[in-house]
Parts: sequence; C-alpha cells; structure tokens
Amino acid sequence: MHNKSVAELSRELESGKISSLELTQQFLDRIKSEDGQFNSFITVTEEQALADARSADEQRAAGKATPWTGVPFAHKDIFCTNGVRTTCGSKMLENFVPPYDATVTENFRRAGAVCVGKTNMDEFAMGSSNESSYFGAVTNPWGLNQDEKRVPGGSSGGSAAAVAARLVPAATATDTGGSIRQPAALCGITGLKPTYGRVSRYGMIAFASSLDQGGTMARTAEDNALMLNVMAGFDPKDSTSIDRDVPDYTATLNEPLKGLKIGLPREYFSDQLSPAMEQQVRNAVTEYEKLGATVKEVSLPNAKLAIAAYYVIAPAEASANLSRFDGARYGYRCEAPKDLMDMYTRTRAEGFGAEVKRRILVGTYALSAGYFDAYYLKAQKVRRLIQQDFINAFKEVDVLMSPTTPSPAFIQGEKTSDPVTMYLEDVFTIAINLAGVPAMSVPAGFVDGLPVGLQIIGDYFSEARLLNAAHQFQQVTDWHQREPQ
Amino acid sequence: MTISRKDIEKVAVLARIRVDEEQVSALETDLGNILDLVDQLAAADTANVEPMAHPLNAVQRLRADEVTETNQREAFQAIAPATENGLYLVPRVIE
Repeated sequence: MHNKSVAELSRELESGKISSLELTQQFLDRIKSEDGQFNSFITVTEEQALADARSADEQRAAGKATPWTGVPFAHKDIFCTNGVRTTCGSKMLENFVPPYDATVTENFRRAGAVCVGKTNMDEFAMGSSNESSYFGAVTNPWGLNQDEKRVPGGSSGGSAAAVAARLVPAATATDTGGSIRQPAALCGITGLKPTYGRVSRYGMIAFASSLDQGGTMARTAEDNALMLNVMAGFDPKDSTSIDRDVPDYTATLNEPLKGLKIGLPREYFSDQLSPAMEQQVRNAVTEYEKLGATVKEVSLPNAKLAIAAYYVIAPAEASANLSRFDGARYGYRCEAPKDLMDMYTRTRAEGFGAEVKRRILVGTYALSAGYFDAYYLKAQKVRRLIQQDFINAFKEVDVLMSPTTPSPAFIQGEKTSDPVTMYLEDVFTIAINLAGVPAMSVPAGFVDGLPVGLQIIGDYFSEARLLNAAHQFQQVTDWHQREPQ
Repeated sequence: MTISRKDIEKVAVLARIRVDEEQVSALETDLGNILDLVDQLAAADTANVEPMAHPLNAVQRLRADEVTETNQREAFQAIAPATENGLYLVPRVIE
C-alpha cells in the first residue's frame, strides 16, 4: 500500500478493499520502523491519527466521503495544528501547542484527510539542507547506499524525505525562496509552489510575508492537484489572500500538450549547471517536444540579481516577523531574567539557532536608519525588474523550463560552514518567489544515482496548466515512480 | 562592504539578541559575506522603477469594524511562560 498514490489510495478506500484505520496503521508502522534513518518527522500523532481514521471510515460508510476522506498525509511543522505542538523546527517553539488551526490544516481536516504527524524542517524555514533544524538534520532517502549521507534539501526537507521514503503519500510544504521545489528535486518527488496569495498563510508561521507561500508535495502531479484542490482559495483571515475562483485542478490533467510553447531561460542554463544535470533537463525538454510542444530560448536578464534582492527582502521581513518571539506570551523564555531587556535578549539568543540569528541581524541592519534606502528600497526596485522579466517572457511562451537546482543532493555538512555557499543552492528558484509566479519541480532523471528536478514555471494563476504539463510528462516517463534503495 | 564590530553590537541591541564577545568575529565574517553578496544590487539601474511590495499589486483589505472574535484569553494564557490573575507576567518594568 505504501507505494500507492493518493489517487490510488482514495480508490482503494472507496472500493472498501481497505479501511482508513488499517491504512493509517500501516503508515504509522512504517514511520516507526523506517524514520529512524531519516528523521523526517518531529512529531508523530498516532493516537489522533487513529481516531481521525475511525471517524473517516464512519464518514465514508455514511456516504459523505471526499477524495481525501481517510487518506493519511503529513503537515510540515510550520502549519499550526490545534492541540498538536507546532515547532517550526525551533527551540523557541519546542513546546508550543497552538490553540487554533491554520486555514490549510482546517481545509484538510474538513476534507477528512488523516494527519499522521508533523515533518521536520529548517528552523523557521530558513535553509536549503534541513540542517538548521533544532530537532536534527534530515537524511535524504536517496544515496543511502553511498559512503556519505546526503541532505534532502530544505526547508521542507522532512516533507520531501517522508514522501520519497513512502512514509506518507503526500505532505504539505512551504516555499519562500525554493523550499518546496529544491527538496522535491533533491528527493525525486513532485512539488508545487502556487502563485503568491493562492493558498492562505493564516496559521502558517511567518518567515518573509511577501514571499511565503504554502504548497504541495507528493510523488505524482495528479496528487499535487488533489492537494491543491483542498488548499487553494480565498481566506478573509489572510490579508494578502487573493479572491479568485479555484478550478478543479484534476479536471485538466489530461489535456494534450500539442502547441504548448516552452521557453528555456538562457540564464538558467549557465556554467553554474553541471553538464550531466543539463543533459537530463534537455532530455526532459525533448520529451515535451515529442508530446507536441515547441521550444525557444528566452531571457530573464535580471535573474542574476535575484539572490541579492532576496537576501535583503527575506531577512528584513524575517526580522520584523520574528520580533514577536520575545518570551512574554508563548514559546521559550530564558531562566530567571533579571529585567525585561535581559529577558528579550537572552530568550532570543538561546531560543533561535545560528542561521535564524544571522538573518535577523542582516534584516535589522538593512532596515536600520541610514541603510533602508540603499538596501530595502533598492531590493524592492530590483524585485520589480525581476518581475517584469517574467511578465515579458510569458508574452512569448506558456511555460518556462529549467533545472530546479544546479547540482543533485549534496553531502551533509558540505555547505554548513559558509552561509553564502548555501544561499547559492537556490539560484534557479528564488526569482520565482520574488515575482510571485507559480512553479513546480518534477522528477526528470538521475545523476550519479541521485534525482534531478525539472522546474516548470508558469504565469500567475496557471497552476492548472503546470499540473497538466507535469502530469502528461509523467504519463510517458517513470522517474517519479523510482524508489530509493 | 564590511560590517564593523560596532555595527554588529548596535544591530544586536536593535534586534534584541544577546551576542557574546566570542561570537562577534564569526558574525563579522558571515554578515560581511552576506552584505558582499547583497552589494551586487548597487550596480542595477533602478532609475524610475517603483519599489514592489506585493506581486499582484494588491492593497491591504479592510474589514467591517465589527467584533468577530470571541475572547480566548484562557486558551492563549494556557501556553504562556508565566501568568497571574489573567495577566502575563514579565520582569518588573517600573520601579
């Protein structure tokens, strides 16, 4: 059962071949026996999951099932879950039990899905390797047969590893600069970062509010569509949520791709990309041509500035968002503070990890008197230039394709000593967040036994088209079905 | 662009994060490297470019001025580090 997709499991439940209780127990058993080697979960909610499975079976028996009723899945530990601790990968929130649900959590609950636990992540979603988690690094299920263990990518590394290792068929994730697509690529699964504002951010612990977007991870594009059907939609509780109709994302998966216009941004096929990686991506593009798509080169001339703009905007917004962690109302508080300033400064020094502190300090610096115009305002102007590149490109083509990452999964510890080296991991994903457009990563081959991701980028609100393109590719390839050995 | 020890100490105070003496050197290097990366922005021509705050140029929605939330003080205070008589306790602020 653990190799089946959400769509397949849903049919098994519907046919009565298996109950949600049996299915949930199977996945819980699998997490128990396998996750010791991956550390992809921070919290496993066995009791709650079994109770939810029982009520899902009752709902189904009563004829009130949705496609998700009784299907097990996991939440990234950034989505607040009422009564279940939500850590965001941080000591600061080690014992934080939210008194409310995120809208995304509520949506899955309402659909009858069974959450089996909360997945590991880089602390406050800041990282590209899942090594900054207070709850320990996550190991990529791929490459375990090699000498050294590999990172799963980050920040949604726990969700990606859990899906790749078949511990759950699907998991929620978030993407601020590549945190869905990069781990999806490194773990050989399919992930989607929707348009900014498509999925509610309410109850999703904030990192950089103008960039953060919740999204989906599963092995197939079809399952990503099933997830987005549940997650997308207007939410009055999120002030940047977009009020726009949500299509049925599964309805257009089988549209033919004949005539699809694909653009290859020349800046994303640069010398940062290894020839072996490039070959895999070019092979994938050739598959699309066989499906009737046409291909041309396009340019994103300002894309080279994306990392620089991002590392002003994201830390600046993080420094503001994370100022709420002060030890007063919830979360960690230092022992025996001697005065208020001591409580703030020691709580934050002890509660945050090194990368989070670096980013808060950079952000505070960029926003401080005398530097605001040179950094924050300048970065926001560059952000518009980057957005304009995408708007121009989508006048010529329907989708853009590129590698998701410059190289496959790297070895644990390889990039932790220099933050900037780690930041460059997101060179092909970050501009997409700055522009706010949607993008996917789809398994597209292997280099040295490690998965390679194809990034497919679309115009605003073109999630259905991206999922259609990914689904059609998955009808003629089997990269997404490969299982880590 | 380099960042001085003095800058780091000042920013640490603004950010309310205690930075110990022995951490300052490492931060000088790390933050200096990040600011070097960020300094590429200076070369971009952004004359007549409007800063972008929201990808879809949306503005903050306003809601009707009506009470919609119920009081959940007990639930919120149940997860607080220290409370008494419905109040959050912090170290003494006014002598």
